[in-house]
Amino acid sequence: MAHMHRERWIAFLMILPSIILLSVFVYGFIGWTTVVALSKWDGVEPDYSWAGLDNFRQLFTQTGGVSAKRFTVDLWNTLFFTILFLASCVFVGLLLAILLDQRVKGEGIFRTIYLFPMSLSFVVTGVAWQWIFAPGTENRLRGVNALFHSLGLDFLRWKWYTDTTAIGPFHVALIPVVIAASWQLIGYVMAMYLAGLRAIPEELREAAYVDGANEIGLYRYIILPILRPVTLSALIVLGHISLKIFDLVYTMTGKGPGFATDVPGIFMFETTFQGNHYAQGAAISIVMLLMVSLVIIPYLAFSLRREVEL
Amino acid sequence: MRQRFDPARLGIYTLLILFAVLFLIPVYVMVVSSFKTFAEVQDLSRLWAPPRGLHWDSFIAAWSGIPEKGLRGLSQNLLNSINLTVPATLISSMLGSLNGYVLSKWKFRGANILFPLMLFGMFIPYQSVLIPLTQTLSFIGLGGTLIGLVLVHVVYGIPITTLIFRNYYASVPTDLVEAARIDGAGILGVYWRIIFPVSMPGFVVVIIWQFTNIWNEFLFAVTVLQKPELQPITVALRNLSGSQIKEWNMVMAGTIIAAMPTLLIYVVTGRYFIRGLLAGSVKG
Repeated sequence: MAHMHRERWIAFLMILPSIILLSVFVYGFIGWTTVVALSKWDGVEPDYSWAGLDNFRQLFTQTGGVSAKRFTVDLWNTLFFTILFLASCVFVGLLLAILLDQRVKGEGIFRTIYLFPMSLSFVVTGVAWQWIFAPGTENRLRGVNALFHSLGLDFLRWKWYTDTTAIGPFHVALIPVVIAASWQLIGYVMAMYLAGLRAIPEELREAAYVDGANEIGLYRYIILPILRPVTLSALIVLGHISLKIFDLVYTMTGKGPGFATDVPGIFMFETTFQGNHYAQGAAISIVMLLMVSLVIIPYLAFSLRREVEL
Repeated sequence: MRQRFDPARLGIYTLLILFAVLFLIPVYVMVVSSFKTFAEVQDLSRLWAPPRGLHWDSFIAAWSGIPEKGLRGLSQNLLNSINLTVPATLISSMLGSLNGYVLSKWKFRGANILFPLMLFGMFIPYQSVLIPLTQTLSFIGLGGTLIGLVLVHVVYGIPITTLIFRNYYASVPTDLVEAARIDGAGILGVYWRIIFPVSMPGFVVVIIWQFTNIWNEFLFAVTVLQKPELQPITVALRNLSGSQIKEWNMVMAGTIIAAMPTLLIYVVTGRYFIRGLLAGSVKG
């Protein structure tokens, strides 16, 4: 028994380096960032004198500071981006998975094509789609606008990510960015649904047919309800990517005209590392962390209680 | 279930092919533009047309740069990416294997609380640790160095590598572990004799996943490394595409060079790539 006891200590010692590293680099640093967010650090030299919630107040009250109005725009952009991005990924991802599940020839090739963007960097994606949606000018059309023009589809031309049109708080310039992000992650959602579909036993489908269900009824009443946990996982994973998105937007469009494509990730990066407004930047990152935590913590708790694979 | 011609199947294939074409548009754009000369890529009437010939000039320019226009080549940055990705991938995979082994076969008290606390680290927006991170790296003398960035990727890679290995080792029969213990093997002996030899598929999944993620990463790299000659290829590519006069043929050749390693890995090892993906791996 003493032997057992000793072994358990060695087990603990084996993962101790990882525990220490994560304690410092995750929890310690989050605490440290919180302290910075509550400080007056504004400039290259650290200044930890107490500022209370001033930095947060400035973000939301839109008065003074570096952040006047920008953060409110960012939060609206994040909301609309998230809704459109999640909707398109789940809809197209599910559609492709169902299509591929119909015993099609060349399934492997199709799957490879839909999924390859997942292996690329957001920077590569950003550069490619920046080219595609570059509007050009009336005399020198670029990207997809030039293609539409040569096909006689001029009514489809618009200014894409340089468009400053806003419908209420919704900037239409976000649409091209949503398309690029969806292009990269639809394959991931498809793979999740496909794994879910393949796990459904064949007997269940046959039983449904015996009971007189047609193809549509089978999906509506049997398969889609079974896939509901997959949808939840997909929404959480995509949602948290969407809340903290940075590389793609930063490469493809940057903050955009009038912050049309700005997101908190870009705002934080520019404020902190280009503007040296450290306390402000820290406050933005803490808001981002709270938003992500709201999605992730319940999910982690739920998943681990059921011990399903994440 | 005999397949004969029917309109529904025609519809299925039409949709699948339509989406495949849409998905390949960016690839077409990258390949076509990269094989054009600078003069040809400037000709907007031929924007979407195939190149007049296979010109490798853009790849040479992207590789070695155009000094007279002040454009740096990517060859050094590609090397930096390799020097960053290979050690960070191997170290974080090794740590993940040890952690996963302990957490699946030697559950000590509190392990069930510890594990989700570890996992949380892979979901956080890294913006919320960047300021202390840069401060700490400077303090320990690793600020602005590739080794510092390796350390960063090792640490923030621990949650996902641990998760994948923990789930993988859960499928290794505990009877085997017990039998080795009865033979007198200690915790490390069990690892070397029983666990490590059956770990290869786990390592393949984890190494592919970590390699892809670290190669493609941008935020840590752009924050930690300011010197252009030290930056990995993602950061250099972003700088190239952000320059004022855009040599689009060169930029697109650069994206192909930057994308090639992870793309090749994906095409060659697709099955393992997907397994890593579904293990709860998260991009971003």
